[in-house]
Amino acid sequence: MEQSAVKGQKTNSKSAFMKPHIREEWVGRVYTFVCILVLIATILAIVYFVASKGLSTFITNGVNIGDLLTGLKWDPEGEPAVFGALPFIFGSFSTSLLAALIAAPLGCCAAIFMTQIMPGAGRRFMQPVIELLAGIPSVVYGFVGLSVIVPMLRAIFPGQGIGILAGSLVLAVMILPTITSIATDALAALPGGLKEGSFALGATRWQTIYRIVLPTTLPALLTGVVLGMARAFGEALAVQMVIGNAPHIPRSLFESASTLTSAITLSMGNTISGTAHNNALWSLALILLTMTFIFVFIVRVLERRNHR
Amino acid sequence: MKKMVLVVMALVLTIGLAACGSKNTTNNAANNGANQEAGTNNGTTGGAEGGGEELSGSILAVGSTALQPLVDQVSKKFMETNSGVTIQVQGGGSGTGLTQVAGGQAQIGNSDIFAEEKFKDAEADLAKDLVDHQVAVVGMATVVNKEVGVDNLTKQQLVDIFTGKVTNWKDVGGSDEKITIINRPASSGTRKTFETYALGTKTEDLQGSIQEDSSGTVKKLVGETPGAIGYLAFSYLDDTVKAVKYDGVEASEATVVDGTYPVWAYEHMYTKGEPDAATKAFLDYMLTDEVQNGDVTELGYIPVNKMTVTRAVDGTVTKK
Amino acid sequence: MNAKTADKVATVVICLFAGIIVLVLLGLLGFILFRGLSHISWDFLTSAPETIKAGGGIGPQLFNSLFLLVLTMLITIPLGLGAGIYMSQYAKPGKVTNSIRLVVEVLSSFPSIVVGLFGLLVFVNIMGIGFSLFSGALALTVFNLPLMVRITEQAMAGVPREQKEASLALGLSRWKTITSVMLPIAMPAIITGTILAAGRVFGEAAALLFTAGMSSPRLDFTDWNPLSPFSPLNPFRPAETLAVHIWKINSEGLAPDAGEIAAGASAVLVLTVLLFNFGARWFGRFMHRKFTATR
Repeated sequence: MEQSAVKGQKTNSKSAFMKPHIREEWVGRVYTFVCILVLIATILAIVYFVASKGLSTFITNGVNIGDLLTGLKWDPEGEPAVFGALPFIFGSFSTSLLAALIAAPLGCCAAIFMTQIMPGAGRRFMQPVIELLAGIPSVVYGFVGLSVIVPMLRAIFPGQGIGILAGSLVLAVMILPTITSIATDALAALPGGLKEGSFALGATRWQTIYRIVLPTTLPALLTGVVLGMARAFGEALAVQMVIGNAPHIPRSLFESASTLTSAITLSMGNTISGTAHNNALWSLALILLTMTFIFVFIVRVLERRNHR
Repeated sequence: MKKMVLVVMALVLTIGLAACGSKNTTNNAANNGANQEAGTNNGTTGGAEGGGEELSGSILAVGSTALQPLVDQVSKKFMETNSGVTIQVQGGGSGTGLTQVAGGQAQIGNSDIFAEEKFKDAEADLAKDLVDHQVAVVGMATVVNKEVGVDNLTKQQLVDIFTGKVTNWKDVGGSDEKITIINRPASSGTRKTFETYALGTKTEDLQGSIQEDSSGTVKKLVGETPGAIGYLAFSYLDDTVKAVKYDGVEASEATVVDGTYPVWAYEHMYTKGEPDAATKAFLDYMLTDEVQNGDVTELGYIPVNKMTVTRAVDGTVTKK
Repeated sequence: MNAKTADKVATVVICLFAGIIVLVLLGLLGFILFRGLSHISWDFLTSAPETIKAGGGIGPQLFNSLFLLVLTMLITIPLGLGAGIYMSQYAKPGKVTNSIRLVVEVLSSFPSIVVGLFGLLVFVNIMGIGFSLFSGALALTVFNLPLMVRITEQAMAGVPREQKEASLALGLSRWKTITSVMLPIAMPAIITGTILAAGRVFGEAAALLFTAGMSSPRLDFTDWNPLSPFSPLNPFRPAETLAVHIWKINSEGLAPDAGEIAAGASAVLVLTVLLFNFGARWFGRFMHRKFTATR
């Protein structure tokens, strides 16, 4: 800002015919507009490059798009190479869904606790806790998952401890802050009159929460859950460390599985740009990208409902 | 509001002044540094490049994470004696290394396997331009969890295990424990080496097998998971896992060197065409006895000049 | 079950769940700090890492993380502020603005790995910057920019309308109103948000694996010339940040004390993020007192 202001003064001496406040306004307008353009250019560039790389699997390597999406066998180095990404897609969906299922009740309860049951202490104590959870880096989550959750699951359940459940548990903790903070905002924004009316009619607190608060805030709560899922869907390192990475649809929650992200991180560095295997990994990235758009779309729809 | 503007102005001024100030000091520091470096250069004419003419240039070596520590360490030594050369060493994986050296972004591409095995399909021609420099040998051992009670596995037993025919350790003479395979991803050079030279066949990823790309994680998982089997480079072996014999041959430097233990691979440093003077000097330095018997051994690799056998791209082994 | 009992049961269950969350966090923090704190010393924080010997430190990584943060912020803040101001003040409500808002939303939920791959392809390979701090900063900007835009937009929207209208009524231009009336009022919220966003940058690893690289060349801390390849200030050198370092030693570490180093580094990372969090709160309160009449 300072820079543009300085620049503005320089041009001032040159073009005295322009009124200072109009010129000033013009500078501000152009500057902010350029910023927005950069933002839009960035997203267009990402979509363009990922799509061009991801689509080349189908165009230059002749892989059938249907085969990629529904194929069960992923054998990229075989003769002939087979690219069936369904196990990864399945893994991504099941881990993020399960993570959302674990985190959603917890997050909503935390939000209710903070807004309805103990607003004072809840805000002062829970809020920082949630923010801290959000601040812990994903690598650390993976590290803790591998050293705590995996051995624990191995001891309790049959199998190696590694698998979808381990991944979901790690992800659930990671997306808890997203769900909680959105839920808290939604609950706090609820008009007080609704609640008071319910209390005045003699309803207990739980009846009020269950019959009045939750139904009215449901779209917002769902928004939180979907955003949490989106985050879980795109998380890479923490999941890769605990999920096992076998390119198969697992038979149980405790069997090694893969997600789209873990498949990418596992092999990207080992493959050569331009080969079919590398292009197939870009296709996985393209699927991730498409899913992001879908998640955002769902959130939009939910928000529109909320506003109505 | 004026106060705010003042604060901002003051901040900008301070930063600007600080920048100017530090610039002056950097120049001094740089001069000092240069002098010092010149001094050390005079002192160490007996170094690897005692030739006389001053080498200069900058080298970027990208690729294999397995080779990275070695190249990194040697490059630091090299730069101490050749102050005109700067070498940057990067990881990113063998594939990244070969991509970047073939594309000209890097001078050296580090790889765990022959470039011919990586460049396939439309890219096969690219491998022809690359010149191979084998700088070390890495041996790989089959490792198992300590509790399985097996200390030797034949080639056939390994094949049975990794193709899923045998799923319990008692079938290969161990305790009654389910076998858990800790494999590498299909793109991994380590896996390719293991499949080619230990199993002699390609394997598919089995349902329930675990895949990890990094040796540290493999070691951790094999050490912790009951009934686990995996494979590791010699440098990662320690007492948390147990290295088993292969067809009765112990996995050790000595058996790799004399050619009796077959599971090993070269570490390659590829250049595009013939290297320039500085790169060549660095690659030559990698092969000197000082490095081969020093850093290479220290980091758990096997010196390439010690080998009594050589291996070609197609896998044929000949006595030197 | 009558309503009173249901109410009691529900209250207990909700409190229980809230308690579980607090316990999980305490357990997490306790685990990380308990394992790592004993390893942290001045020497650990300042010395260079060792490849195979025990006793390596995380000095360069810590510096890289901080430097990368500064670089990222240098790019993000002007862009984010500008775009945020445009969105809140200049954009006319309508289809275009709506779709721009959608772009911001999409950008902020992009998986970090996709951004990392994009960085590898565009910044590292096509633009030829190579694995470097600068590539890393650009990739992180992609993440941070939408956050920054949202923070600015919300903060600007929180400025009382009367203040803005009064300023416009005095004949000030829109831009002048924004910079000298609205921004100072919005500043505390913007700064708090920025610091929190900075914490996220500090812990990011997936995108940096592919852009800033995984090696830390020898740094010469006496050489402050940004153009020298060994200078810590050179933005075009490859750099491994703390989060990437944890990932690397966890997966490839050869040093005998790799586990302890990872634990120590994790503790440092978490402590730094905590510091950011508390810093943001404190600063937000401080600025709030400073800029508003509340004493």
